[in-house]
Amino acid sequence: MSDQGEQKSFQERIDNGETIEPKDDMPDRYRKQLIRMMSQHAHSEVVGMLPEGNWITRAPSLRRKMILLSKVQDEAGHGLYLYSATETLGASRQEVIDQLLEGKAKYSSIFNYPTLSWADVAVIGWLVDGAAIINQTMLARSSYGPYSRAMVRICKEESFHKKQGYEMVAKMADGTPEQQEMIQDAVDRWWWPTLMMFGPHDEDSPNSAELIKWGVKSKTNDELRQSFVDRHIAEAHEVGLEIPDDELEYNEETGHWEFGEIDWDEFWNVVKGNGPMNKERIKARREAHENGKWVREAAEEYARKQKLSKEKAS
Amino acid sequence: MSKENGNKSEDTQWPLWEVFTQPRDGKPHEHAGSLHAPDAEKALENARDVYTRRKEAVNIWVVPSDQIVASKGEDEGPFFDPADDKPYRHPQFYSVPRVSKRRS
Repeated sequence: MSDQGEQKSFQERIDNGETIEPKDDMPDRYRKQLIRMMSQHAHSEVVGMLPEGNWITRAPSLRRKMILLSKVQDEAGHGLYLYSATETLGASRQEVIDQLLEGKAKYSSIFNYPTLSWADVAVIGWLVDGAAIINQTMLARSSYGPYSRAMVRICKEESFHKKQGYEMVAKMADGTPEQQEMIQDAVDRWWWPTLMMFGPHDEDSPNSAELIKWGVKSKTNDELRQSFVDRHIAEAHEVGLEIPDDELEYNEETGHWEFGEIDWDEFWNVVKGNGPMNKERIKARREAHENGKWVREAAEEYARKQKLSKEKAS
Repeated sequence: MSKENGNKSEDTQWPLWEVFTQPRDGKPHEHAGSLHAPDAEKALENARDVYTRRKEAVNIWVVPSDQIVASKGEDEGPFFDPADDKPYRHPQFYSVPRVSKRRS
């Protein structure tokens, strides 16, 4: 009886647009779904450092190098905001990180594609961060306070990520024939995987309805994907780039672009761990974690000694 | 002697700290989020790197998370009851004559 009563009052709070805070009562399933979603989001930020980190040492100028370093550092920060927010739900940091290192956790499939040329850095900023902003702007209104606040912080920083990418895309699209070819090639490779970032169609997305009911999300995967497509086609045309989709057509009535079907076999294949870079990414994370172990231990030992000598002195 | 609080396994993630940032001189500190650090000094440095990469703060407080005492959430209405029936603490409670600044 009381359980149903609590569920109802929780749903009422959600429907009233109230924010749920860590110490509030919440259904177990709400907590579990959020831990799943937020930890995956945190992992995506952390793994997302790898494809671009690959190009830091080969940036074409000091300006681009500083920008890329700063962007990758932001992604690390975003991972930390989100891990912290996930911990407010009672998840332990160690457990969540272990899940990633053991290859049990999911993260955004987009990061399982390789970055083959410098133009990929431009296109990731423009398309991948552009897609992330659309998703995260929605999540900034999420019903769970710590998630929503982390998102507000992330969105503010993410807009520079997209803009630096689009700036580079525009420069290359207006550059030498080789640069134009490079940037078009990167768009051709990244367009479809970026569309997949929004997840399966609404009818194939079991979590969506529940997350919307609970005010975690306010738009469906397909709605978010559509707003991404509309915005980015306009931006592509502005700089004279082709979108690799023969079925693109502007619908005057709806005011939206219609586009071709995503290759869902490829999507599920990458989700299941068989993408071009899945194994490489986890290997890199494990190595980073192991190589950082002595630093963590040294810092801890230093803290212990400092504390001891303080205690002696007093 | 036992080790620092929260260090169970050998590969620790360090204790948890809450971070409060003061956005500008004269403004109050505001909760920014949390982080892990082995001691207060590293907690301050980590807080700087995580929460103030764009000059979001002129001052930072870090507090061990287990030292924060908070009132409970929505079901603790009675805790705040005492203020419920005291509308006379607000200026809107009072009606006073309108006084024109202009002298006629």
